[in-house]
Amino acid sequence: MADTLVEVKHLKEYFNIATGAFTTKPLKAVDDVSFSIRRGETLGLVGESGCGKTTVGRTLLHLYKPTAGEIFFDGKKIESKKDIQEYRKKSAMVFQDPYSSLNPRMTVADIIAEPLDVHKMYANKKEREERVLELMSKVGLNSEHANRYAHEFSGGQRQRIGIARAMAMNPQFVVCDEPVSALDVSIQAQVINMFDELQDQMGLTYLFIAHDLLVVRHISDRIAVMYLGKMVELADAKEIYDHPLHPYTKCLMSAVPLPDPKAARENKRIVLSGDIPSPLNAPSGCPFRTRCPYASEECAASMPEFKEVQSGHYVACHRLNEIG
Amino acid sequence: MALLEVNDLHTSFFTPVGEVKAVNGVSFNLDRGKVLGIVGESGSGKSVTAYSIMQILEKTGKIVSGSIKVDGQELVGISEKEMKNVRGNKISIIFQDPMTSLNPTYTIGHQLMEAILLHTNRNKQQAWDRAVEMLRLVNVNEPEKRMKQYPFEFSGGMRQRVMIAMALACEPDILIADEPTTALDVTIQAQILELMQSLQKELGMAIIMITHDLGVVAQMCDEVIVMYAGSICEQGTADEIFYNPKHEYTKGLMRSIPTIGNDGEKLHPISGTPIDLLNMPAGCPFAPRCDNAMKICLRQRAERLQINDFHQAACWMNVKEEMEKEGEPNG
Ligand SMILES: Nc1ncnc2c1ncn2[C@@H]1O[C@H](COP(=O)(O)OP(=O)(O)OP(=O)(O)O)[C@@H](O)[C@H]1O
Ligand SMILES: Nc1ncnc2c1ncn2[C@@H]1O[C@H](COP(=O)(O)OP(=O)(O)OP(=O)(O)O)[C@@H](O)[C@H]1O
Ligand code: SF4
Ligand SMILES: [Mg+2]
Ligand SMILES: [Mg+2]
Repeated sequence: MADTLVEVKHLKEYFNIATGAFTTKPLKAVDDVSFSIRRGETLGLVGESGCGKTTVGRTLLHLYKPTAGEIFFDGKKIESKKDIQEYRKKSAMVFQDPYSSLNPRMTVADIIAEPLDVHKMYANKKEREERVLELMSKVGLNSEHANRYAHEFSGGQRQRIGIARAMAMNPQFVVCDEPVSALDVSIQAQVINMFDELQDQMGLTYLFIAHDLLVVRHISDRIAVMYLGKMVELADAKEIYDHPLHPYTKCLMSAVPLPDPKAARENKRIVLSGDIPSPLNAPSGCPFRTRCPYASEECAASMPEFKEVQSGHYVACHRLNEIG
Repeated sequence: MALLEVNDLHTSFFTPVGEVKAVNGVSFNLDRGKVLGIVGESGSGKSVTAYSIMQILEKTGKIVSGSIKVDGQELVGISEKEMKNVRGNKISIIFQDPMTSLNPTYTIGHQLMEAILLHTNRNKQQAWDRAVEMLRLVNVNEPEKRMKQYPFEFSGGMRQRVMIAMALACEPDILIADEPTTALDVTIQAQILELMQSLQKELGMAIIMITHDLGVVAQMCDEVIVMYAGSICEQGTADEIFYNPKHEYTKGLMRSIPTIGNDGEKLHPISGTPIDLLNMPAGCPFAPRCDNAMKICLRQRAERLQINDFHQAACWMNVKEEMEKEGEPNG
């Protein structure tokens, strides 16, 4: 696989949670996840709130130190401090909330230039200013806005500022954590188009985390589905949307509210029942079994293996044959 | 007589920089057992319309004129005491921001029971049972234990569901739901929507559903209002709004949605920026951003035109089309 840009193997991220005065317990936010992203590809990441999507994104960028597992970038294993430093220059993150992720006391120019300042990426003031203006025009911000403060802007404009900052170091890989969830539909469309254009211009590779499955489907080449810290399915965007195999994915896809009244009337939603488990007390075996309509004894006994069942289509479920 | 009749409602905020005309002449009716969707750009006056009906505006906000009738009873101008009786009994609201609407110092159970005792004829034991049942219905796990917990012990999505449980437990005639499922993921959202629909059928409850999510609208609503800059620009059945939009803003909104049909294509956002409510233009408020704006659009507001029995829109394009039709010798 020469064209893989990012690869993770058996990634784990556990947080220690206090359960008493002297006792702690590991919260397994990400529990043994493996996948790879091709150069120039967009991998969508979806799953229930709290299933570990943000943690995957942050750990992948070494913003959290992995509890276990390996991360490869451009074929090279990221291990030493120096590796991490180099890797940080080539990767970036766009955050979910355009309202709280920007410092209100900094000007737009200073926010965008922050990564350049940190890595001393310019020779003089003029060069810095030129680079900032170039980035602003790239994301469709007016150069007159450079010296205004972030709180003076609308949600859509703030998200552009965040994206300009992420692009400052000319990254190869960007983790986008719910970058359009807080925006209304028409502004959301502007920002999605911008991600597309930047990808074409700069040959970017994205990990795109989102709630809205129609948005994810629109922007992604492949989609990965997580449930309670584990990856349960991974396939081409169209394939996973049209032919989901894992029971959780099936349920997820059937629950997408379609913006089309006739289709909505005909659509048969699979409504789940059963307890929503907590990552502090994950069930034995398959994490989905407490809510899965197909669960059997086998599902409680052991964790199903995440394996390729068709070319490029990975699933972790014991009962694929029975479910059909 | 409709259950709720809103007529020419005007609500403004009187701020140091001037009068912000948040709602400008909104009129609609809502019948028992129906679901009305309100969509529109961020800042278009959806929440302020809801707060006006409940009369829970901030101090600077005021209903300037218009009428709001529930079951024939006029609400504009009645005393706060009478209004207290309407809230909860007749109309309940689920707020956009659940963090601010639960009291941090009381347990979830206390707050749920208080609402149930106040608004329904139940004794303490029955209220407890009802509260537990409602928590279970909105999918809060271990509801008996949860009753004794405080809001801070709940995640954002769980607090949202408690708010929904509280509003529904009162069995109101009208439920106003302001972005009720934005903080929830689709599988839980589906459960909540299903629950609302079943209660609406069982109790004949009417729902006003305010949301950005056009998928939720398509799934839930009989009728839809589209707002722009404090006014209704279009209103009709869900089918009419989705398949036959007649206002340029609504058309733009529909084009912005990623769908299976426009896979891999560029999306079509609405260009330009929202208008300034402090300085409302004389003409159609959408004219500065409208690709098809004509001279008259900039000068004068279009009246609401009846497109067919199920559909009204306020856009000069429709007037133009009418005139062209009439002008044709054979048409
Ligand atoms: N810094 C932290 N310390 C302790 N626990 C954490 C921390 N960050 C996340 N968690 C826990 O790890 C789990 C996964 O959280 P994460 O934020 O990755 O979820 P997510 O999939 O991004 O959810 P959402 O869709 O709500 O953003 C959750 O149970 C969360 O409570
Ligand atoms: N307390 C206030 N003082 C001044 N203006 C206000 C106040 N509250 C609301 N507004 C203004 O009234 C207008 C309508 O606001 P409203 O909250 O109804 O919008 P909305 O349609 O609900 O938007 P969103 O989809 O973002 O929730 C906005 O332009 C807002 O800035
Ligand atoms: S492994 Fe068992 S419990 Fe898990 S998804 Fe498959 S059938 Fe359901
Ligand atoms: Mg997250
Ligand atoms: Mg609102």
